[in-house]
Amino acid sequence: MKPVNQKAWLLVAPVLVLVAISAVIPLMTVVNYSVQYVGSTGRFTWVGDEWYRDVLHSEAFWSALWRNLVFSGVILVIQIPLGVVIALCMPRHGWGVPVCLVLMALPLLIPWYVVGMIWQMFGRVDIGLMGVMLKDFGYNYEGDPLDAWFTLVLMDVWHWTSLVALLAYAGLVSIPDAYYRAARIDGASSWSVFRFIQLPRLGRVLTIAVLLRFMDSFMIFTEPFAVIAGGDPVFLSTELKQTVELGKKSAMSIIYFLIILAVCWVFYAVMTRNEQETGRPQTQGGDA
Amino acid sequence: MRPSRFAFIVPALYILFLMTPVYWLVSMSFKTNLEITTRFTFFPEAFTLENYAKVFGDERWRSVFANSLIYVCLNTAISILVALPAAYAFSRYRFFGDKHLFFWLLTNRMAPVAVFTLPFFQLYSAFGLFDTHIAVALAHCLFNVPLAVWILEGFMSGVPREIDETAYIDGHSFPGFFVRIFMPLIASGIGVAAFFCFMFSWVEYLIADALARSAVVPITTRLQALSQASGTDWGVLAAAGSLTLIPGAIVIWFVRNYIARGFALGRV
Repeated sequence: MKPVNQKAWLLVAPVLVLVAISAVIPLMTVVNYSVQYVGSTGRFTWVGDEWYRDVLHSEAFWSALWRNLVFSGVILVIQIPLGVVIALCMPRHGWGVPVCLVLMALPLLIPWYVVGMIWQMFGRVDIGLMGVMLKDFGYNYEGDPLDAWFTLVLMDVWHWTSLVALLAYAGLVSIPDAYYRAARIDGASSWSVFRFIQLPRLGRVLTIAVLLRFMDSFMIFTEPFAVIAGGDPVFLSTELKQTVELGKKSAMSIIYFLIILAVCWVFYAVMTRNEQETGRPQTQGGDA
Repeated sequence: MRPSRFAFIVPALYILFLMTPVYWLVSMSFKTNLEITTRFTFFPEAFTLENYAKVFGDERWRSVFANSLIYVCLNTAISILVALPAAYAFSRYRFFGDKHLFFWLLTNRMAPVAVFTLPFFQLYSAFGLFDTHIAVALAHCLFNVPLAVWILEGFMSGVPREIDETAYIDGHSFPGFFVRIFMPLIASGIGVAAFFCFMFSWVEYLIADALARSAVVPITTRLQALSQASGTDWGVLAAAGSLTLIPGAIVIWFVRNYIARGFALGRV
C-alpha cells in the first residue's frame, strides 16, 4: 500500500498549473460565452440557458450527433474483430515480429491531415488508384454521400485498425505458455482455446482499445476535413466548427464535452475495476 | 499455441492494404504533373526528383517543416519535464484527491480539440503569444501532459519502492536520488513518453492551425491551403506529404516493442 503524503501535491503542482492554463481557463471562457449574448458592439447580455435550449432543439446538432454515433459504432464493429483476428494470426517469433510491428504502426504516425490527403489522392476518380479502379462501378466520393461514407470508414479502418491489433497482440503474448499446454492436454479445440483462454485475457486491452477508438472517432475532424473539405457527412466537430454564433458554439462545446466526460468516466470505472481484479500487469519491454 | 502455418496470410494481406495508399502517395511524388493528371500509371513512367527539388528549394516549404519541428520539440520537452515529478507522486504516494486528479487528467487527453480552438485563440492572443511556437507547444500540453503522466506512472510503478527507501536511508536528497538513480531506471519509459508526445504533437492539425497565422505556419496548414486550392500541384504536394512520413518512420524502430503500451497510456 502506498503511503499517504500530502507533500506529493508539490510534485503535481507544475502539471496542475500547466493543464489549468491549457484546459480550465479555456473551458471557463467557453462556459462564460455559453450563457451570454454578444451584441454587435461587443456588449454581453445574460441569456441564461437560452443557447443550450437552442442547441438541444437544433436539427443539425442532433443529426450530427447521431451521424457521429453511427460512425463510431460502425468502425468499432469493424476494427475490434478485425484487429483481434490480425493479432491472432501475427507471428510470435522470428523476423516476422518486428516487420509486422513496424509496418502496421506506420499509419498511426502519419499526421492526420496527411492521412486525409493520402486518401483524397487515392480515392479521387481522376488521379486516385482506388477511384480509377472503382469509377466503373459508379464510385465517386465527391458526388455521392454514400461513397463518401464508404471512403471515410475505409480510411479510418486503414488508419486505426493497427492500434487494436497491436493492443490485442500485446495482450496475447502476455498469456503464459502453461495455459496452452494445459489446453492441449485437455484436447481443447482452437475455438475453445480462443473462447476460454485468449478472449478472457484480452478483456483488459480490448476495453482500452474500445475506449480509445470510441473517443477518437467521436472527435474526428481532421481526416474527413482533408478528404471532403467540410462537406457531407457532417460530424459533431465539423458542426461545431461551422457554427458561427459564439453563444451557440460555446453551448454546443459544453454539451459535447459533457458527453465525452460521461463516457470517459464509465470507461475509467471499468478500467480501474479490471485493475483491482486482475492486478496491474508488470510487463517490461520486449513484449510489445 | 502457435498460429497455424498459413496464418501469415492475414497480416500479409493487411499490410498490403496498409501500404497501397502509401505507395500511391510516394509514387505520385516521383511523377510529373503531366503524368499524374493525364495518364494512369502504376509505376512512375518518367521518374523525376523535380518535386522534391521544388520542396527543398522553396524557402516557404523549408520554414513550415522547421516550424512544425520547433513547436513539437518544445512541447515534448515541456511535457516530459512537468510530467516526471507528477508521475512520481502518483506512483509513490496517496494524497488528497489523487484519484480524481488522475481521472481529470485522462479527460483532458480525451477532450475534443474542436472545443478548444476558439478559447485558445483568445487566451493566447490576450497574452500576445498568438502565432508563436511556444503558444502551439503550450496548447498541445492539453493532451500531451496527461499522456506523459499516465505513461510514466505506468513505468514508475514497475520499479520497486524499496529502491527509493534504500536511497533515502543512504542519505540521498530527493532531487539527487531522482536524477541520478531513479531516472536511469526508467530511461526507457522516458523515451517512450517523449516519443508519444512528439508523435501526438506532430500529427495534430486543428490547434496548430488555429494558433498559427503567418510567422508559425505548420506543415499541415500549408498542405491544406495548397490541396484545396484550384490548379493543385499534385506532384509537389505528394512529395511534401511523403516527407512528413519520415519522422515517424525513423523513430518507430526504436519504440516498436512499446507501441501498444504508449497508445494505451501505459495501461497494457
